[in-house]
Amino acid sequence: MSHIVTRRGLIAAGAATVGSTLLAGCDRLYEGLPTRPLLDFGQWMSLRAHRLLLAAQPLVREYTLADISPDFPPNGTEMPDGLGYFELMSSQFAAFRLTVDGLVRKELSLSLDEIKQLPARTQITQHSCDEGWSAIGQWTGVPLGHLLGMAELKPEARYIVFHCLDEMTSGEFYYESIDLFDAFHPQTILAYGMNGKGLPVGHGAPLRLRVERQIGYKNAKYITRIEAVDRLNRLGRGKGGFWEDRGYQWYAGL
Amino acid sequence: MALSEQNAVSVLDAAAVGEAAPARREVIYRHTLPVRVTHWINVLCLTLLLMSGLKLFNVHPALYWGNYGYSGVPAFLSIDGMLDPETAEPVGVTRIGGYSFDTTGILGVTYDSGGRAMRGAFPAWATLGADLALARDWHFLMAWAFVFNGAVYLLFGLFTGHFRRDLAPAADQLRPRHILSDIWNHVRLRRPHGEAAKRYNVLQKFTYLAVIFVLLPTMVLSGLTMSPAVTAVAPFLFDLFGGRQSARTIHFLAANLLAIFVLVHVVEVMLSGVVNLMRSMVTGRYTIKPERTS
Repeated sequence: MSHIVTRRGLIAAGAATVGSTLLAGCDRLYEGLPTRPLLDFGQWMSLRAHRLLLAAQPLVREYTLADISPDFPPNGTEMPDGLGYFELMSSQFAAFRLTVDGLVRKELSLSLDEIKQLPARTQITQHSCDEGWSAIGQWTGVPLGHLLGMAELKPEARYIVFHCLDEMTSGEFYYESIDLFDAFHPQTILAYGMNGKGLPVGHGAPLRLRVERQIGYKNAKYITRIEAVDRLNRLGRGKGGFWEDRGYQWYAGL
Repeated sequence: MALSEQNAVSVLDAAAVGEAAPARREVIYRHTLPVRVTHWINVLCLTLLLMSGLKLFNVHPALYWGNYGYSGVPAFLSIDGMLDPETAEPVGVTRIGGYSFDTTGILGVTYDSGGRAMRGAFPAWATLGADLALARDWHFLMAWAFVFNGAVYLLFGLFTGHFRRDLAPAADQLRPRHILSDIWNHVRLRRPHGEAAKRYNVLQKFTYLAVIFVLLPTMVLSGLTMSPAVTAVAPFLFDLFGGRQSARTIHFLAANLLAIFVLVHVVEVMLSGVVNLMRSMVTGRYTIKPERTS
């Protein structure tokens, strides 16, 4: 997530020049007002409207090789800390296993090579960051729906959670979640390839999520475990993702 | 005051001719309830949309053209705050095309009430939302409110004849001579009186029509083009605006035009009688000044 990079950069630069009050002046006006339910209502409206619009599960626009942007800024973590990831990376992820568990009938544990043997999808799509920028890249991976089919979801499963290898703050690893509406979309893939090559470390090697109808931070990187759950409030701080736990929208189709 | 003077003159004239005072001030019902209600809801929506939008811009203060754009891609417009390499003083730099402007104090770097420099494209006092998450929440909530309010207004305008009666230029207003005379009166800040004040002049009509049917729909559609979910179901939006980054740029430029419109609108209200115009947008009643009789 380039939130980290940019915000830290901004704050550092701000503090250096400034000694700043980053508090926006007008936010004090409504500090005492119970605006949260109103804002949550807005989020709910957007989710319901988009689900209605996307009921037929249309595909996002796919681009040609010529459209790929010359560069693609990595969102967020560019290399997970810790010896564990370093060892995995040094051995080209030979020892990497992806676990699929939770509310499934068959738990899976797959090596990267085994994942690459599964049916693959390649798509050239636009990545949209909530900060406003966008880039275009080609992704190759296994459709998430195929993996979930192999694991056989139990009927009570409602969300798919992605547990990641990048530790954001002490003891808190990046995680994300989507619901089954997005999980089974044909363009929702676990990518191991980018722009015709292996997935670079900066973009989440060995495996990252592409959930094309949602913006940047939903596309979790460094995925090590996929868990099917019936509710999100037992994970992290209960909002369904690292950034969601810090006030960001769980549904980020806009 | 011009107003009382005029009244005095008209009454005298009327008395001189011995008629039953045709030049009395007349009160008309100018704005119907739906127009007044949607107008003020719109004021609230556009204010909060602009402020949260400025915050969203501040998070990535650069605009591009085409499908992609990120730090490193040549920007069509950017606003940065940095330290002057020689003096180590904070400077705000706004770049448009190939040109750079020092905008310290206004854009890029602004000063708070204590005189401390603050970095940020637009000053903090003009923004809404303490962080990107809250700015997004506010922007999208108010976008919903704006769209619903706009839909009520459009339906009302269509079915009650508001557009036809009040905003469509009348045949006589479309004659070149009339248009030129409206422009000339406008340039001289001459306000219409009597019958002419009972309807909008042709410049007002064109401006309102352009804002309602061009500028505001452009805002909505270019905003929707930034949503990867909306463009999945409506990919033609990419073609309409030339890509997500072009749409973001157009969204920003259209917001600027809208801000200019509001500024001119408010100045016009100041010049044309704040009390009368505010009352007409609150109670609906508008006082017509008598015809000049000279």
